[in-house]
Formats: sequence, structure tokens, C-alpha cells
Amino acid sequence: MVFDPDIAQTRFGYGLSPKVAGPADIAEMMALLRANEPEMPWFPLPSDAEMREKMLALLDARRKISKAEKGSDAQQALQKAFKTARRASKQEGAKWIGATLARRVWSRDGLRERLVAFWNDHFSAPGKNVIYRFAEPAYVANAIRPFVNGRFEDMLIAAVLHPQMLHFLDQNNSVGPNSTVAKKRSEKKLGLNENLAREILELHTLGVDGRYTQKDVRQFAELLTGVTTIQKKGTAFLAKRAEPGAETVLGKEYGSRRAQMADVHAVLRDLARHPDTARHLTRKLAVHFVSDTPDEDLLVSMGARYLETDGDLAEVVEAMLRHPAAWAPVGNGTGNFKQPEVFVSSALRALAVPKTRLREVKSPQLERLLGTPLRTMGQPWRRPFGPDGFEEGDAHWLTAQGMAARLQWALGVSTAVLQELPDPRVFVETTLGEQAPASVRFAADAAENRREGIALVLMSPAFQRV
Amino acid sequence: MGKTVMDRRGFLGRGLAVGCSLAASPLMTPVSFAATEGENRLVVIILRGGLDGLDLLQPDNAGLRALRPTLLARAPSGMEISEGMMLHAAAKPLWPMWQAGELAFVQGVSTPYRNKRSHFDGQDLLEAGTAQLPTGATRDGWLNRMLQNMPGSQMTTAYAVGADPMLLSQGAAAVETWSPDVGFVLSSQGARLLEMTMERDPAMASAMQKAMVLAGDGGGGVLEMADSGMMSDLDSMMDAQMSPKGRGRAGAHVRVAEFAAQQLRDAARVACFSIGGWDTHAAQARTLKAPLKRLSDSLLALKDGVGEKVWARTTVLAMTEFGRTVAENGTKGTDHGTGGMMVMAGGAIRGQIVHGQLTGFEEADLFQRRDLMPTDDVRRYAAWAIRESFGLDQAALEGVVFPGMQLGDAPGLLA
Repeated sequence: MVFDPDIAQTRFGYGLSPKVAGPADIAEMMALLRANEPEMPWFPLPSDAEMREKMLALLDARRKISKAEKGSDAQQALQKAFKTARRASKQEGAKWIGATLARRVWSRDGLRERLVAFWNDHFSAPGKNVIYRFAEPAYVANAIRPFVNGRFEDMLIAAVLHPQMLHFLDQNNSVGPNSTVAKKRSEKKLGLNENLAREILELHTLGVDGRYTQKDVRQFAELLTGVTTIQKKGTAFLAKRAEPGAETVLGKEYGSRRAQMADVHAVLRDLARHPDTARHLTRKLAVHFVSDTPDEDLLVSMGARYLETDGDLAEVVEAMLRHPAAWAPVGNGTGNFKQPEVFVSSALRALAVPKTRLREVKSPQLERLLGTPLRTMGQPWRRPFGPDGFEEGDAHWLTAQGMAARLQWALGVSTAVLQELPDPRVFVETTLGEQAPASVRFAADAAENRREGIALVLMSPAFQRV
Repeated sequence: MGKTVMDRRGFLGRGLAVGCSLAASPLMTPVSFAATEGENRLVVIILRGGLDGLDLLQPDNAGLRALRPTLLARAPSGMEISEGMMLHAAAKPLWPMWQAGELAFVQGVSTPYRNKRSHFDGQDLLEAGTAQLPTGATRDGWLNRMLQNMPGSQMTTAYAVGADPMLLSQGAAAVETWSPDVGFVLSSQGARLLEMTMERDPAMASAMQKAMVLAGDGGGGVLEMADSGMMSDLDSMMDAQMSPKGRGRAGAHVRVAEFAAQQLRDAARVACFSIGGWDTHAAQARTLKAPLKRLSDSLLALKDGVGEKVWARTTVLAMTEFGRTVAENGTKGTDHGTGGMMVMAGGAIRGQIVHGQLTGFEEADLFQRRDLMPTDDVRRYAAWAIRESFGLDQAALEGVVFPGMQLGDAPGLLA
């Protein structure tokens, strides 16, 4: 088989919707993806500049507290003001999550939404404090989302040099040991932090099996010195913090006289085009979308396309979609097991939760509907355990606790988000399509009430495996 | 129409019918089989936020009283631990445990983490058990590396309990995770139909079946049937579905401890969970009470839950990412520090003892003139507890479980 309209949505999107028709063929899938963000202006997220202002306002409010006289009335007033601002930002953050969900539920271009989530996970930078956690959705909107149909190197540059990543992987504290700044302030013992360099090589580009050594990490880290964040401007390159001299990464020399951002871009572009990166990324894509044990020929064809096009991600996705292995039907007990975030999002899509409901969600509601349940399912919203993102293997998710938490949520979600519940006999058709197994149709029909009928459809292997 | 107790025979009856094949499955290892590799138990509790050891055990020291005017303002609790050192009043439920010789403390200890005082990094280092922060994809925890060095450990040997991810238990060894906060209200008809839809998917069916057992097994599941059609019940039913066991978060820590106890009484030998709320930056005289109560309740729930016989074989280590500043801050609390405290409990330990060294409280005695000076590596104590409980050798402890740590002299932790 080379195309199946249901698999096109379940495997490469957020599933079937009773209200939004899926793409008719691969050409339409690709046309939607290649279009320049036909995206819904009704769900806007802040630009980098807008986000900086919001972060600065919070930082300022916090700074003022520490400057005020301790225990004074003035300080208490400032503390109160900060608390109010924090609460407002929390509510704003909830709105952005609502907007993200609204796109997943209502977009025709489900593939784009899945790719945004995939690359978001690949470049995980969840934030180490409340302010950066608040800022994460803007990072995704500006450094990930615009690039999912473009060249990987552009996304790499946007993501790893974004203030969100620089903070998460400690780049802001990395200073060349022989730089002007380090020499001037020798008492501060400033020096190198290898974290960002290591993760770019290990996680973002070549992969842990890639052909790099500790020396490459070190040299790359030296090359990255100078890259830092200026709170009012965002990412900047400060030559006086940079390690002087040329550095050699994977056998190639970068930089010479004067340290500059262009050298950092050059090494990132070379890393993006490296064959190990092609292998690492195409395998990860295939595992994520198709199978934990992807077809070898599928990998070869995706990898070749990657190298031919210098990492054009739309081309690589198309190579995946044009391969028959991508359309293998789900057999009994096979097929990828949905990660919790996909499970929850696709259920909301199947229920066609109204846009307004998602856009106007209040922070405590969201916690109840999504925050706590996703945590018990093992995938707290956008907060992976480390920079390596969430686990891809199905076995990690198919656990007793995971199943119990999914059942708990599936039993509660319909009445929590809808005024009127769909008839389970109709719901099974609109959610699972023509391939709905007889046992699930029977269960939907025989359930004692609509709520349980809907939960049974959502819990079925036919819904959870894609 | 009223409520009836849910009929779990749908899933369970099937489990019994195919008992032979289930017994062979590692997922369903029953209680009696797993009790082969020794009887000792280890429970690790991560106290997230930074416990102020100097407040839990209050030394009798004029210098310290001057630095902590509000924290040490009250009359001493009267529960004397040693040489005028008093147990915090809010830890009163633990006093009988101390008197029974089932409670001990280690003071002045810390992980190798220094200077930055970030919760995020501090907890990572504590759970990783390494000398440096874990980076990259190879993140695993010391408890997991310990399991890999214990012969015969299997899926049901260790439990990570609670909804929070724990680096401590991550790694190559299989550890079962369970949160007693998951529970559901499902009709018997629903359970039968659920089983039917999963019939042809053995992996899902098996995980679901285990969930049913755990949820019903004191795991916090609401496995009772609420009959349909009762609109007045709908609200409470929604509560049960969408919030932890329908009772809010209060008491969640006790359910976690009770569940851990139940598993330890059965096949499990190792359990870990975390208790938060220790980050007492302001009004500590008030804010430290709640976490101390949570810790006390959890320890008592563990003791009651495992029963006398198992408690006698149990060692509990409650560890925190760092201590707090010696001096009170401007908001009557304390800030992130370095030297801290570990709490030990259990029938297996040598109780009524305070291990470790406290340096003085003069500014020059402090770490960076602000924090309690760390005088020992907290990992050394965890390592000795492991060695005395499970017999791991020095090479495994120093090379694998806690790389870079020196085991040193035996502090004599277990009775």
C-alpha cells in the first residue's frame, strides 16, 4: 500500500476528526506542509522580542524586591505585585498551551503539528526556572515551528543559539579561559562549559554513535565561547569572552584572527550536513512515526534524500511518505504505541473539543485536564527528564501505571470538555474509520453509558497503536 | 440503583484461568516467588527542596541562637537527641521511633555539589550519585546501578512510587513505577468490554491487567462500580476520574508510603519516592511544619504498613540535595546552603545515634562564610547502608554505584 487516508491522519497527524477532513493523498499532505504556514492567526504566540519584554518585566519585578528594604511595607507591596504578575503569566502560559492544542485538534495539516512536536522534543529546552518555563512555548513558535519544512541547518542554528537553549545548557556561563574577560577577572576563575557543545554533537546532530571525540567537544566548546545572552537583546556574540585562535572540529579548522558568530554558524552548518547526522535524524524520524524497528530500505531512502538535499526536511518527510513501509497496516499487537501527549491530543481531536474551550482554558482547569493526567501517564507537558527529550521506545510507555492513568483520563475527559457526548456507535466510526475492529464496535454499542463507550474506544489498541 | 463493589473477575478471573502462563511472565511474578534473594529492604526518600538539618535537630549553641533569632526563639521541644540537641517540635510523631532505637541522623553531610546551589542540579547530582552533573543521554541513578549489581533482581524487586519522575531509579535495571494517585471508576460491564477489545494485543492486555491488580491492591484505585444513570453522582464521579483518587492532593504522600509498604511486604526489596516542600525561604518556623509532618507520617505509614517482621529488616534513607544557610535571612527563613542532613529510620538500623561531624557556627567555620561546612560525603553513608543490607562489594560501590566516592571506615549504620 502506498497511501491510506486514515493512516495518513493517525500515523502522521493527530488522528481522525469528526469535523475536519484529512488530506486526500501524499501530494496534498506535502502541499499543506510546504505551504508557508497557512497557520491559524487565531492562535498567535508571542515573538522573541515580545517574549523578552515579558521576561524582563518579571525579572525586573523580582529584582526590585531584593533591592527594597527587607521586611518593609514597600517590599511587601512589591512582593504582592510580583505574585500577581506571576499569576497572570501562568494564565498566559495556559492560553499558549490551549492554542497549541487547538491547532492539533482543528488543523488540516496534522503532519506539521506532529513535526513541530517531534523537533520540539529533539531540541528539548524546558526551562530551568519559572521564567524560562514560561517562555518555552515562544521558543517553539519562533525557533522550531517555522523550520519544520525547511533545511535542518536553519532549525539547528535557530534552536541551539536561542536564549532558551543557551540558558538550559549553561552556555551563558561559558567563557574562553584565555579570553579578555577571563584574564581581566582572573579571581573569578571563569572558564569553559562543555554542556552545549557536547549535546549538539551527541543529541542534536551526529548522535551518540557519531564520529566525534572528547577533543572535538572541547574544541567546539571553545568555538562557542562568545555566544551568550543579553537580556535586552537576546542572543549575542561577545568577542571579548571568546577563546582566541582557531579551533578544529571533526578535522576542519574554524575561525582564525577574530572570533565571530559566523564561525559558529559555519560549524553548525557542517554538522547539519554530516552523514552521521543524516543517519541519526532519519532513523529518529522513522522510529517516531513508523516503527521502533524501522524498515532498513526506508532508512536508506530517507538518509539518501537527506544528503542529496543538504538536509531539506520536507524532502526527507516526503521520502518517508513515498516509501511503502511507511504505510504498513497495524497488525494485532504491532504498530507504534502512542506517547501520552499524542494519545491525549488525538482524543481531544476525536472529540472535536470546541476551539473556544481550548483557547479560553484557565490554568487550574488545564492542570486538571492535562497537567496532572500527563504527569501520571509519565509525560509531563513539555518537561522531559533531560536534554535528550522523551523516550521513543514503546516499552517505556506501555506500562501498568501508564495504562491505568490513560483509563482514568479516558473515563473523565468527555464529560469534562463537552456539553453533549457523541453516540459511541458514531464515535467509533469517526475515530477509528473504516478499519474499526468488530470488537471495538461491539464494545461501543454494548457500553452502559456514553461516557464509558467513548473511553472504551479511546483505550482500544486500534486507537492507541498507529 | 445503588453502588456495588466492582466485579474484578473480568480481568482477574481470566488471570486465574491462565495462571500458569501468567506465573511465567516477569510482569506477573507473584508474591511468593520473588522472596528468594534475601529479606532486607531499602527505602530511599528524596527530600526535594533542601531540608534544614539545623532546624530538624537544633543544637544548643549561643552563637547559632544569635544567627537564628526567630527559628530558635521558642522553648526547646524537650525531645533531647544528645547533648542538648533538640528534635524539632513538628517531628514529635517520630519521638517514639527514636526512643525505640529505630531512628538515626547523619549531620554535616552533602553530595559533591558545590557553589551553584540550584535545586535542579543539586537533585540531579544527589540522584545520579556521581561526582559531577550527569549530561547527555546516559543519565541513570545510583539506585538503579545498585540493582544492576544485585544478583536476581527483577522487575518486581524495586518500585519507584509516585507521579514524579525519579532519576534515582532510572537506568538499565527494570524498575516498576506506580502512582497510587491513579484510580478509576469503571462498571463491571466496562471492564469486561475493555478486556475484550484488548484480547488480540497481549502487551496491552498484560499491562492493563497488571494495572487492575495494582489499582485494586491498595494501590489507590477506585475499583468500585458506580451505577450509571445517577446524575447526582456524576459530579463526584468526575472528581474521582480527574483528580487523584477524588480527594485532592492532601494525603497523597501517605498513600505513596502505604503502597510502598505493601509492595515491600510482598516481593519488592527496594522502593523510592520523594517528598517535597523543604524549600523554606520565608517564615520557616511555620513553613517547615508541613514537610516535617509529611516525613513523619510517611515513616510511620511505612512502619505500620510493612508490619513488625519486615520493619525489622528495613532501612530507610531520607536524603536531600543540600542544606540551608546557617543564618536566618530577612524573611525569617533560610536560603540554599551546602552541608545538610540525612535521616535514617527502620528496624534494621542502629538507632539513637547521630553520625557525622558539625563544625562551629562562627563565620570562619562556615562554607563560603554562609553554609554549614560539609564534613563528609553523604554518598558514603548510602553506600554503607547498601553494603550492609545487600552485601555489595567495595569495587562495585566505589566504581559503579557511586563513582569517585571513597567508602572509608564503616560508620556502623545497621544494627
